[in-house]
Amino acid sequence: MAPPATSKPGRSLIALIVLLIGGAVWAFWPGTDSSVRLGLDLQGGTQVILVPQPVVEGTEITEEQLAQTVEIIRARVDGLGVAEAEVTTQGSGNSAAIVVSVPGLGQDRVVELVQRTALLNFRPVWNVLSPFPIDPADADAADGDAADGDAAETEESADESASDDGAQSAEIVQAPDYSPEFQAEVDALDCIDPVNLAGGTPDDPTEWLGACDQSGGQKYVMEPAFIEGVSVTDANAQLTQQGIGWVVTLEFDSEGAGALAEASTELSALPECGSGATPCNAFAIVLDGVVVSAPRFNEPILGGQAQIEGDFNVEEARDLANVLKYGALPVTLDVVDITSVSATVGGDQLRAGIIAGLIGLALVSIYLLLYYRVLGLVAVMSLAVAGGLLYLFVVIFSKTIGLTLTLAGVAGAIVAVGITADSFIVYFERMRDELRDGRSLRQACDSGWVRARRTLLAADFVTLLAAVVLYFLSIGSVRGFAFILGLTTVIDLIIAFWFTHPVVVLMGRRKFMQGGSKWSGLDPERLGGHSALDTLAGQSRRKRRDDYQSSTADDAAGNAADDAAGDTAGDTASDTTEVRS
Amino acid sequence: MSSITNIGQRLYRGEVSYDFVGRWKRWYIFSAIILLVAIGSLAFRGLNLGIEFRGGADFAIPNATCSVSEAREVAEAETGGQTIVTVASSGTMRVQTIPLTSAESIELSESLGDVCGVAASDITVQVVGPTWGAEISSKALQGLVIFLALVTIFLTIYFEWRMAIGALVALVHDLVITVGIYALFGLEVTPATAIGVLTILAYSLYDTVVVYDKVKENTRGIAGQSVMTYDEAANLAVNQTVVRSINTSLTSLLPVLAIIIVGAGLLGAGTLLDLAVALAVGMAAGTYSSIFIATPVLAQLKRQQPEMKALAARVQARRKQAAKVGVKGQDSAGDGAGDSAGDSAADGAGAAAGSATAASPASPEELRELARVQSGERHQPKRKSRRKRR
Repeated sequence: MAPPATSKPGRSLIALIVLLIGGAVWAFWPGTDSSVRLGLDLQGGTQVILVPQPVVEGTEITEEQLAQTVEIIRARVDGLGVAEAEVTTQGSGNSAAIVVSVPGLGQDRVVELVQRTALLNFRPVWNVLSPFPIDPADADAADGDAADGDAAETEESADESASDDGAQSAEIVQAPDYSPEFQAEVDALDCIDPVNLAGGTPDDPTEWLGACDQSGGQKYVMEPAFIEGVSVTDANAQLTQQGIGWVVTLEFDSEGAGALAEASTELSALPECGSGATPCNAFAIVLDGVVVSAPRFNEPILGGQAQIEGDFNVEEARDLANVLKYGALPVTLDVVDITSVSATVGGDQLRAGIIAGLIGLALVSIYLLLYYRVLGLVAVMSLAVAGGLLYLFVVIFSKTIGLTLTLAGVAGAIVAVGITADSFIVYFERMRDELRDGRSLRQACDSGWVRARRTLLAADFVTLLAAVVLYFLSIGSVRGFAFILGLTTVIDLIIAFWFTHPVVVLMGRRKFMQGGSKWSGLDPERLGGHSALDTLAGQSRRKRRDDYQSSTADDAAGNAADDAAGDTAGDTASDTTEVRS
Repeated sequence: MSSITNIGQRLYRGEVSYDFVGRWKRWYIFSAIILLVAIGSLAFRGLNLGIEFRGGADFAIPNATCSVSEAREVAEAETGGQTIVTVASSGTMRVQTIPLTSAESIELSESLGDVCGVAASDITVQVVGPTWGAEISSKALQGLVIFLALVTIFLTIYFEWRMAIGALVALVHDLVITVGIYALFGLEVTPATAIGVLTILAYSLYDTVVVYDKVKENTRGIAGQSVMTYDEAANLAVNQTVVRSINTSLTSLLPVLAIIIVGAGLLGAGTLLDLAVALAVGMAAGTYSSIFIATPVLAQLKRQQPEMKALAARVQARRKQAAKVGVKGQDSAGDGAGDSAGDSAADGAGAAAGSATAASPASPEELRELARVQSGERHQPKRKSRRKRR
């Protein structure tokens, strides 16, 4: 990568230009998406971090389970139709974390979506009731005798809520067999309470179930499940053949198909649900203790392929298909972190980051120009090229590996301004040192570079090491920061090797710089190199030495000695002597 | 500006030389005081950990129209736990509660929105489980340990183990000071702070590596001569890189200060500001320690080496001799223009007279010998050629 000291500077410049143009053409090819993906903290949205827990305690989560879970969540999130929503994993095994980022949406929808750990099953409907709770005392009015159902219910619901960390989850009623007590409990179930519509309480498929409808419009009494969610191999939302309205098509595996054929044959012969007859001809799709849909069987379904009709709009059909296809997760998920940033705040943060970056860049540029003059111009150009290269890389990585630019990344880039500027400073100071040692400008450009190069490589290596370790070991926003830090370090090296050095070498060949113009930033007078002997600076130096009670002859001698030395250690040390004398 | 360049030139040539290494006691005491304050603050005040580390929920309500007590009332009624409500300069109200479940946080953000006249969707919410923060911290710590191990290996190979120790001492110094500032002023520690601290890690080491590289260059083959002690060579390196250090810290601090100003002015508290504060403190400490701590520590470690002890003794002996010659040389200095022997003698005398400490530098002749030892490079008399060009 490093050009030799006596380089052909044109070549590396051309290489860089080719790289830049090639990258730019690829990144901004018309028709492809070439925008920088912004993190949620910059555009608003919700990020949820989930930690999967094994369903059976004490077991390890396999890679397969993790991948499956991510796929299910991704499918659900994609079902939202939000562009740029993403699901990623960090870490593995039981310490894995799943990060779900959905731009533009508030926490309520995202959390609801991903938290559906969702146990899906299909149950024959026994009866459909009104959603209102019926007091057990006058339960006779509804169905039979339920005098002693009260105690059982309280106990049961306490159990249910305890199963979910005391969080608010839907209340359901289960019993191994149908009984008046069971019916009484179901009667007491309140399907007007929104908590009972939110789901989150997995039901035991082998028992009877009393649960609410998702919309809160009905209450269902259901028999044990005839098919479990894992038997669903595919589900899709489709337009009806007439092109009006949507249906959800379902495919089952052979086991599911068999059970479906049996159940549909039996159920389709029964009376309509809602007529008061029990059992009736519908089956319920139950997801985590809530009835998602309860279509009725019109006819026996024998091929393992079913179609659910209803007054679905696109979204409802898609949601249902998603639930059917991805309902059952192989793990349970703990929500450990929710960050929801409103779009306005996100925009403000981005704007502030950009403003801060520009101000910082301007200040650094002014400083470099004042201090290094023409060399400073090279430095400012280098910073500009570095900035362009960073933008290009971010676009390219957005496209290829889905990099998102977060606020931490923006901060990393702003910090990188200083670190990038440092590589020029190290180089320029080394060059000046070489000039002070009496080397010609052309020599100084190269020999200064050889020394600076080593320092840059060592120092940047440390930064890169920090970035790599951070990237692989951290989670969340630290990762985004580490990526940008590493990227800017690499860019720093590219710029120093392929831009700054060649440009300085090319400029060093020009008369303007060699003549030691006042504006070159390398004029002998300001540097106080050897050639300053006959200049004003030299005289003032002489004068200073007189003040230190040393003779002029001594000074002349000293300079004569310097003449012969011309080496770093040699003349610096001799000057040290002079000032002390 | 030009005066800085001038100083740079004089520093490089050693005309102005500051004894960074020799005055180590001063720096150590100065650092020790700051470190004591930092550690004391940590011990007695502790860190103000953000909800990301202790678990909890944080609601940032922009343009809230409710009072602090109203917001607190609502939050405490719903969560049943202690709630902290603060209002930033930008008018954003922050409500921090005990850890909540997702359902609770949705409900609370809605009620807060109702009370404060803001749509729930405009409220920025962060909910962190109580164990999650511990996990982030332990991961960060794990990363830190691995990084330090790798860096130590790298520095030991590239430099030597003494430099690795010196760099680590400087690093710990910077980290403790930064964290101490957080404890002292009760600034909230967030993941952004952690990022800032990790950057300081990289920055501090970067700074130290630049200085050490110069030390390495200056001390190449130093044991093979008797002109300059290790301390002096190291000190010269610090002096030679001090302009770079100042320029670099300025160019690094300027953008960070821009973040602080823009962050404080436009956003109030936020990720950017958290990060920038940590960076500003750490960068300042990093520059300081690379000059005042890292190199003195290295020199002290080096002093224990038998070769360096022997070197110091040789240099001492040689200087005594030079001082004797110097008395004579000064007499003849008046007519000795262009005579390098006279020159070196005069300088030697000056050295002996000018500094009573053992750290008196060597004469040019001797240094030329050192130069020859250090690099086999051939040096042609460049000044003559430059004169011709004129």
